[in-house]
Amino acid sequence: MGNYYDSAKECASREQIKAWQDEHLAKTVKRVYENVDYYREKMQTAGIEPGDIRSTDDLHLLPFLTKEDLRNTYPYGMLAVPLSDCVRIHSTSGTTGRRVVACYTQNDVDLWEDCCARAIVAAGGSKEDIVQVCYGYGLFTGGLGLHGGSHKVGALTLPMSSGNTDRQLQFMCDLQSTFLCCTPSYAAFLAESINERGLKDKIKLRSGIFGAEAWSEEMRRDIEEQLGIRAFDIYGLTEISGPGVAFECEEQNGMHINEDHFIAEVINPETGETLPDGEKGELVFTSITKEAFPLLRYRTKDICVLSHEKCSCGRTFVKMTKPMGRSDDMMIVKGVNVFPSQIEAVLMNQGYPANYQIVITREKNSDKLELDVEMTKEMFSDALSEVSARETKLISALKSMLGIYVDVHLVSPKSIERSEGKAKRVIDKRKLY
Amino acid sequence: MDVKQISVFVENKPGRLAELAKVIRKNGINMRALSLAEAPEFGVVRIIVDDPYKLSEALKEEEYVFTVTAVLAAEVQDQAGSLVRILDILAEQNINLEYTYTFLAHKKDAAYMILRVNNNDAAVKALSSQGIRLLCQDDLNELLK
Repeated sequence: MGNYYDSAKECASREQIKAWQDEHLAKTVKRVYENVDYYREKMQTAGIEPGDIRSTDDLHLLPFLTKEDLRNTYPYGMLAVPLSDCVRIHSTSGTTGRRVVACYTQNDVDLWEDCCARAIVAAGGSKEDIVQVCYGYGLFTGGLGLHGGSHKVGALTLPMSSGNTDRQLQFMCDLQSTFLCCTPSYAAFLAESINERGLKDKIKLRSGIFGAEAWSEEMRRDIEEQLGIRAFDIYGLTEISGPGVAFECEEQNGMHINEDHFIAEVINPETGETLPDGEKGELVFTSITKEAFPLLRYRTKDICVLSHEKCSCGRTFVKMTKPMGRSDDMMIVKGVNVFPSQIEAVLMNQGYPANYQIVITREKNSDKLELDVEMTKEMFSDALSEVSARETKLISALKSMLGIYVDVHLVSPKSIERSEGKAKRVIDKRKLY
Repeated sequence: MDVKQISVFVENKPGRLAELAKVIRKNGINMRALSLAEAPEFGVVRIIVDDPYKLSEALKEEEYVFTVTAVLAAEVQDQAGSLVRILDILAEQNINLEYTYTFLAHKKDAAYMILRVNNNDAAVKALSSQGIRLLCQDDLNELLK
C-alpha cells in the first residue's frame, strides 16, 4: 500500500471517475466536432451531434475509429489544435505504408509523462532510484515516455536508448542503476549476459518496467529470478499516447488503466457490441484529455478482459489483462509491429512469389522471425553467388521494411504446407498468451 | 561448341539429392558429370547428362526449379601443367571463370573440364585457336559409349 504518484486520481471513487469522464468526454466530442473536419463528417454520417454525447452512457453512439482512419488523415488530418501548438511527434513502429503519426501539445506530453510516472511509482520506483531507460529513443514512444516519467518522479534518469549491451552493462554496474525500463526480451537478454559475465553481484537493480511486446508469466519469473528484481508490465500505444495507458501495480495481476485520461471499453470485434466486465473482446479507447490528437473509440485490435474488481493496491482504476491476442493479423516481433502483408509486398517487389510462410519462435526469451520462401525459375541461377546475392538483397529489403532481421530460407517450390488450398502464412510458436 | 548443363535447386536436407537422382534413374538418363555447390540451406546441383532435353522435361514434370546453361567441356591432357595452360588462355583474354569441375571418360591420358565462363564465344575462340579440344554434346556421348 501507499505507492502512488497521484493518489487523488489513482484512488478516486468510481463516482468521481465517472464524473470526470462524463465531463471530459462531452467536451472532447464537442471540440473535435468543431475542429476536425474528418470527425465532423464521420459523426454527421452517423447522424450524431455533439449534444447527443452527454456522458459515458452515450459513448456507444459514437462510431469507431480504426487505424484506417488514421491513415486516411495522415499526417495532420486528425489534429484538433493548430499545428503551431504542437511540440512533439511520435510514430508507430512499422513502415511507410503502415505508419501513423501522433502529435502532442506540451500539455499532452505532460499528462503522458504523468501516466508513465504513475507506472514507475506503482512498480516501486521513487526519486531515490537511478532509472536506466534502454527503450529506443526517437519516434518510438518507449524511450521518451519512460524517460519523461522518470523525470516526473524525480529519479536520476539514464537515457541509454536501446542496444550496445556492453555499455548498458558497464553503466549498470558503474552507475549502480536500480530501476530498468526496456522490452522484456531485452531484459531477458541483459539478464543472461549479466549471468554469463558473472556480474550478478555488481548490479543493484531492484525493479523494472517491461513492455511494448507480449510476455508470459514464465518469462516474468525468469527475469525476476535472474536479475533479482520485480518485473512489471506496462501497456500503451502511440495512437493513444504511448506507454502508460495502463500499468501494473504490486499485485502484478492486470494493468490499471489511467481512467482519468482514457475511457476503456471491450467490444465484440465482429458486431461492435460493448461487452460487460469479465468478457473477452477487443479493447477500445477514447482519450478525453488529449489536446492535439484526441481519438474517440479507437479500436486497438488487442484482445483482453476488463475487471472492476477491487484491487488490494488501493487503486480504483479498472484493470485490463495482458493482451491475449489480436483481432487482426498483426504480429509483434522483438517489440516491432509486423503485418504479413508487409512481408508479401517485399517479396513481390524483389521478384519472389507470394508463397511464403512465417515462423516466429522465441529462444532464450528472444524472438526470431523465420521466413520460408519458395524458389522460382526466375530467382534461380546456376551460379550460387547470384542466388545468394538475391537472398541477401531480400533480407536487407525486409530489414528496411520491418526494422528487424528476418531469417530467410529458400525452399523448394510447392513445399510450403497448404491447408484447404490456401497456404498457412503464419506459425507463431511462442507461448505468449 | 558447348554442352548443356542442367542446374537444379535442391534444399540442403537429408534425402533431397537422392530424390533428384531417382528422377534421373526413373527416366533412364545417364549422368556424365555432377558437381554440387552449397550454401548453408540449399545447394545447386549441376549435372551433365546424355540427354539434357529429356531431363529438363522430367524435371519440369516433377516441379523442380532448374536452369539449362551452355558450358564448355575442354579436354585436358593428363600431364603436369595442363590446367595452367587453359587458365592462362582464359586470363589473357580477360575471360572470367565462374566455376569449373572435372570428369573422366574411357579415353586414356585425358580428363575433361567443365568450364562456366562469362563469355562463351570468346572462350571458344581463344581455346580452339590454342589447340584445346572442346566437346559438343554429340562428342560427349560418343566419348562415353
